Amino acid sequence: MSTTLSHPPTEERPNYLNVDYGWKSWLLTTDHKRIALLYLFSITAFFFVGGAFAVGMRLNLLTPKGLFAHDTYNKLFTMHGIIMVFFFLVPSIPATLGNFLVPPMVGARDLAFPRINLLSWYIYIVGGIFAITAIVRGGVDTGWTFYAPFSSTYSNTHVILAAIGVFVSGFSSILTGLNFIVTVHKMRAPGMTWSRLPLFVWAHYATSLIQVLGTPVIAITIVLLGMERVLHAGIFDPALGGDPILFQHLFWFYSHPAVYIMILPGMGVISEIVACFSRKSIFGYGFVAFSSVAIAVLGFLVWGHHLFVAGQSMYASMVFSFISFLVAVPSAIKVFNWTATMYRGSVSYDTPMLYAFGFIGLFTIGGLTGLFLATMAVDVHVTDTYFVIAHFHYVMVGGMVMAYLGGIHFWFPKITGRLYPEGWAKFAALVVFVGFNLTFFPQFVLGYLGMPRRYAAYADEFQILNVMSTAGASILGVGYLIPMIYLAWAWRYGPKSPQNPWGAKGLEWEQSPTPPPTFNFDVPPVMNEPAYNYSGEEKEVEIGR
Amino acid sequence: MGALSIFPPRASTTAGEVDALYGFLLVVGIGMTALIFFFVFFFAIKYRRRSPDERPKAIHGSIPLEITWSVIPFLVMLVMFAWGTKLYFQNYTPPRRDTLDIYVTGKQWMWKIQYPDGQREINELHVPTGRPVKVTLASEDVLHSFFLPAFRLKHDVVPGSYQTFWFEATKPGRYHIFCAEYCGTNHSQMIGWVTVMDPVSYETWLSAGAGGSSMAELGQKLFEQYGCVSCHVLDQQGRCPSLRNVFGNPVKLEDGRTVIADEAYIRESILNPNAKIVSGYKRDVMPVFQGQINEEGLLQLIVYIKSLSNPPKPAAAKTAAAAGKRSPQ
Repeated sequence: MSTTLSHPPTEERPNYLNVDYGWKSWLLTTDHKRIALLYLFSITAFFFVGGAFAVGMRLNLLTPKGLFAHDTYNKLFTMHGIIMVFFFLVPSIPATLGNFLVPPMVGARDLAFPRINLLSWYIYIVGGIFAITAIVRGGVDTGWTFYAPFSSTYSNTHVILAAIGVFVSGFSSILTGLNFIVTVHKMRAPGMTWSRLPLFVWAHYATSLIQVLGTPVIAITIVLLGMERVLHAGIFDPALGGDPILFQHLFWFYSHPAVYIMILPGMGVISEIVACFSRKSIFGYGFVAFSSVAIAVLGFLVWGHHLFVAGQSMYASMVFSFISFLVAVPSAIKVFNWTATMYRGSVSYDTPMLYAFGFIGLFTIGGLTGLFLATMAVDVHVTDTYFVIAHFHYVMVGGMVMAYLGGIHFWFPKITGRLYPEGWAKFAALVVFVGFNLTFFPQFVLGYLGMPRRYAAYADEFQILNVMSTAGASILGVGYLIPMIYLAWAWRYGPKSPQNPWGAKGLEWEQSPTPPPTFNFDVPPVMNEPAYNYSGEEKEVEIGR
Repeated sequence: MGALSIFPPRASTTAGEVDALYGFLLVVGIGMTALIFFFVFFFAIKYRRRSPDERPKAIHGSIPLEITWSVIPFLVMLVMFAWGTKLYFQNYTPPRRDTLDIYVTGKQWMWKIQYPDGQREINELHVPTGRPVKVTLASEDVLHSFFLPAFRLKHDVVPGSYQTFWFEATKPGRYHIFCAEYCGTNHSQMIGWVTVMDPVSYETWLSAGAGGSSMAELGQKLFEQYGCVSCHVLDQQGRCPSLRNVFGNPVKLEDGRTVIADEAYIRESILNPNAKIVSGYKRDVMPVFQGQINEEGLLQLIVYIKSLSNPPKPAAAKTAAAAGKRSPQ
């Protein structure tokens, strides 16, 4: 067992939540756990703002002619995308669960740069204020991709405000990534070797590499876009001497790796949950850990698969197609290893595990439909249709949001010291799963039938599938509201949780009391057993023995 | 096609091939999904926790298994890659044989379509079956994408350049044209219809619309109107190069490079003549026409300059020739 000093009865010892109450103690905190909660509340707010736009979109698409003016619909999908991608998905797991858990998982008292961590939250909020201002003042209609020259020359909405929001929030992402990289390198507890790191930490490490190396490129792209829009510098608009395809290269050089920023931390969460609720060491630990890094590295080399119909050289397309297939290998490795982890395990069906089942299933579908898009001749037909929408929602919502909800439930006792109502939680997980599939599965069919994305009005023959999708979205919306209610209730009224309600492994579960104290561990912990040592082995066993 | 079909109508030589590849992907995808679902459910039920004290023995992994489930999917993906790439190259490389050239200009929010013989349409495209059609795409403003779901083809329309793709229609009927790249307020209204006709009906349709000037004639008019003709004297070298037999041939530039005079070169040389100066001629002689001539006019000029190299054949001979050699590429 790993060791921490045993403590006298812990009820009275202050934890990070009740140590101080004033607003200053929250807004000026440098405690990674409080900052994680600041992020948690902010991104939840953004999630519901982005979700409200989705409600508007699905309402509009109930009828072929649409309920709203075309401009209104165009703004709805643009703001849904901008809010969900830059203000929910990118920060979601890293800034909340990652912030809360990376330090205790490696056995550290805090992140390497606690004040920079707080700064990153403020930067995120400033970026968010720009985005919200753009919305309140009338919105943006460029699509979240900001393709030039429409965004730089033609749109007469609040492109600059929204772009500044994205630009600013990017720095928050860079700082979080930087903090994680330094923490993982320099602040691991004695005995916490790289091969004992929780896979959650490996996933965050890989994510951080992308954040630090990729985000500056989107920042530069946005600056160039601003220069063209405000100063009419000819960069992307051919009428000014620019090249519109250059924008797409720059944009996707960040934004494709960014989808791995969004999914890798989710994969980390699933690794923790599957191991815990199977009571098994992760099957193929090294492969799962290395596959995160492989995804991060290869993820930088596939951006051109967004340009198969854009007029990019066919030979360039061929190379990008090939590397896109390569990325699928480490993703498949993860899915197979999670499944194999359950083999001869002791599998329980607690709520986090239900979300993990959902993740594995939906991510499999999302990943496999990615192969359809990497196959160039098929991509020519389905790109820019609902097929693409369905594909990335299977990965981002079916995958990432499932993992996020699974993680929130898994670590809820750790974060709040309370237990949530298990019956409601299982019910909500089921509602989310059903609602999700009903919303997005019909969109694969719509896409192959040829319904283009970003259409405020559509041909009559697409209506049935759109109505199904809207019906599913209403179920999904309810599925997201239920956990909001019972988790808020449980935070205040739920029964007190024991220190380690799941019998989970990992240094974070050895923090005492629960919720943890401000500085995590009174004495630096020592990791003296293998990772995921559910069977109580003395030391690491090489694979294959 | 029934109301519940998952395939749109198949109306081009490509459509069936793309559907076959899609079918292969569906089979592999559904098979893989079924496999994963089966094992997840099977393990979850078979190894469900029966007592809270269970401590299963650790299994750390298996190198042979890891290799198996990396290599087999990779090999399957190589098939997808090779098949998809071959079909993509085939679908995006226009055949060398005699194509019917059609010029499409995207403009917020309509498609303007010009035929070499001078017919012009908005949001309507008429094509014959059995003959390869090469579409040249230009944009007056922002990005668009010319999407023909029944042909399983689309191509972005990129301002500042020409994009081309080709198809051969097979089944008479009326099929959707969609704009697939978001282009502003009425993006969803930038739609139209492609009407596929048998060759005889197509000839009838063409002749009914004839009577106006052909694209080359319209281009010649512009050539005179903008005063191009005063310097680009056709059959002798004046202050500017003669344009006789320029199109499709190599041009030697003053910096020593040699370029092929294709559509993109002609376009650039009209809009921004100083970008590439022909060897032996002076800079700043020709005015810059950027912003002076619209995309449709540019296409007409290009077709005119093309016609100075290829003496146009009679349309009937072309159709007969194409009908004679209808081997797939």
